Amino acid sequence: MSLLELGNVTAGYGQFTALWDVTLRVDAGEAVAVVGPNGSGKTTLLRVISGLIAPRAGQLVFDGAALAGKPAHEIVAHGIAHVPEGRRIFPVLTVADNLKMGAFLPAARHRFAESLARVFALFPVLAERQKQRAGSLSGGEQQMLAIGRALMSRPKLILLDEPSMGLAPVLVLRLFDLIHRVREEGYTILVVEQNVRQVLKLVDRAYLLEVGRIKMEGRAAELSEQDFVRKAYVGL
Amino acid sequence: MIDPIFLAEAAINGIMLGGILALLALGLNLIFGVIDIVWIAYVDLVMVCMYALYFFVQVYGWPFWLGALGAVAVGAALGVGVHLLIISPILASPPVNQLLATGGLLFFLQSFATFLWTTDHKSVRFSLPSWELGGIFFPATRLIPFALSIVALVGLYVFLTRTYMGTAIRAVSQDREAMALMGASPRRIYLVTSAVGGLMAGLAGALLTFQYSVHPFFGNQFGPLTFMICVLGGLGNMVGAFVASFIMSEIISVAGVVWSTEMGYVIAFVVFIVMMFIRPGGILARRG
Repeated sequence: MSLLELGNVTAGYGQFTALWDVTLRVDAGEAVAVVGPNGSGKTTLLRVISGLIAPRAGQLVFDGAALAGKPAHEIVAHGIAHVPEGRRIFPVLTVADNLKMGAFLPAARHRFAESLARVFALFPVLAERQKQRAGSLSGGEQQMLAIGRALMSRPKLILLDEPSMGLAPVLVLRLFDLIHRVREEGYTILVVEQNVRQVLKLVDRAYLLEVGRIKMEGRAAELSEQDFVRKAYVGL
Repeated sequence: MIDPIFLAEAAINGIMLGGILALLALGLNLIFGVIDIVWIAYVDLVMVCMYALYFFVQVYGWPFWLGALGAVAVGAALGVGVHLLIISPILASPPVNQLLATGGLLFFLQSFATFLWTTDHKSVRFSLPSWELGGIFFPATRLIPFALSIVALVGLYVFLTRTYMGTAIRAVSQDREAMALMGASPRRIYLVTSAVGGLMAGLAGALLTFQYSVHPFFGNQFGPLTFMICVLGGLGNMVGAFVASFIMSEIISVAGVVWSTEMGYVIAFVVFIVMMFIRPGGILARRG
């Protein structure tokens, strides 16, 4: 059985429907990407999984538990950490306090020191900047902090929303490198990206989302060979 | 020319008053920073706590320290009650409705207190010593509340910076949704914040009892001042509110000795209005 399974999920905001009948799975240990143009519903998809919005219909099963409609703060406790679009770190708090908030759940607090050591090993720059206000970090460092903060909750699945957004091209490559290292640590990742070429190198499988519907899915290597994807997104 | 000793005494009294004002301002500011609603009736909750203390000590004969703890507990319970009964249902309402609701609570509390306890001033009787140093008097009725308010402010600081819950409270004031993603239930954070805010109102009430008698309109004496301090320091800015408390208390106290108490308030409000033109975001607001 898959770690995460979405069955026929429909969701939206008010009158507007952003996702239609989305079915998707992520197996334990896998890295999966959801790619697609702006406004295709990628962010909504992650917000449904982490409980920031409730789906109108469909199933959401994670690690054997039905989570559809549960509030965000309960879903985190099941082991899903969401690194939201635009990083959403706490700018006035120090880097150390941001990481502490990542371990807010009682179960995570018990393993705080161990988790912190792992995050610092992955992102040494965060150890150097512990006492600094998070808002004073550079864009790339803020993204590392956002990912580090998510890791502090000891998740089984990490949701990454546009991690490369707003970063200089050089930094984008470094960031994908770092996400690759997070992968190698054994974390399961579901990533949403505009940077299709880079992200397809990183993941095992990918879904193509268009106007709220899954248009295609497959192994990352196969998908990047498809003419359609190459022309529209990879730009080759 | 005024005797410099009087001025020095006024300045010291100002500092001592500042400690209690800071408690009030930080309590109000904490709630505003997290929940985004100004409790107009905040100092009227203080008034209720002062009545509670009066009844505990003067009517039921409890020792003062126990009565004070009781007043603090009453304050925390009031904070939770106000949140559950009044704030929680209107969290998503327009700001005007929120102001009207908490403003309505103010009139309710003042009228209810008048109905129950009449407009007579009620006070707890103390016989506390006073010390003299270099011609300046240090009465225990000012020193004890000041010392306790500083202890409470340090406690609040430690709570907000060292504990998970306190740090989460600060985090929520920056990004509510992101904190939900960390596993914190917004409802629980709001309740804890309201309880802490109410607890500070209770403590401020107990400390004000050392120098002031309570009556149903006690809130009018300190309410506008507390609100003004919060705005002067920058709404939601804890350090700003702390600094502004002492600026205001010094102005009121020193101008009160030089001219009169009324003039002290006039000058304080003029300073406030002028500062609002110069630094509308509060004295410690970062530019840009």
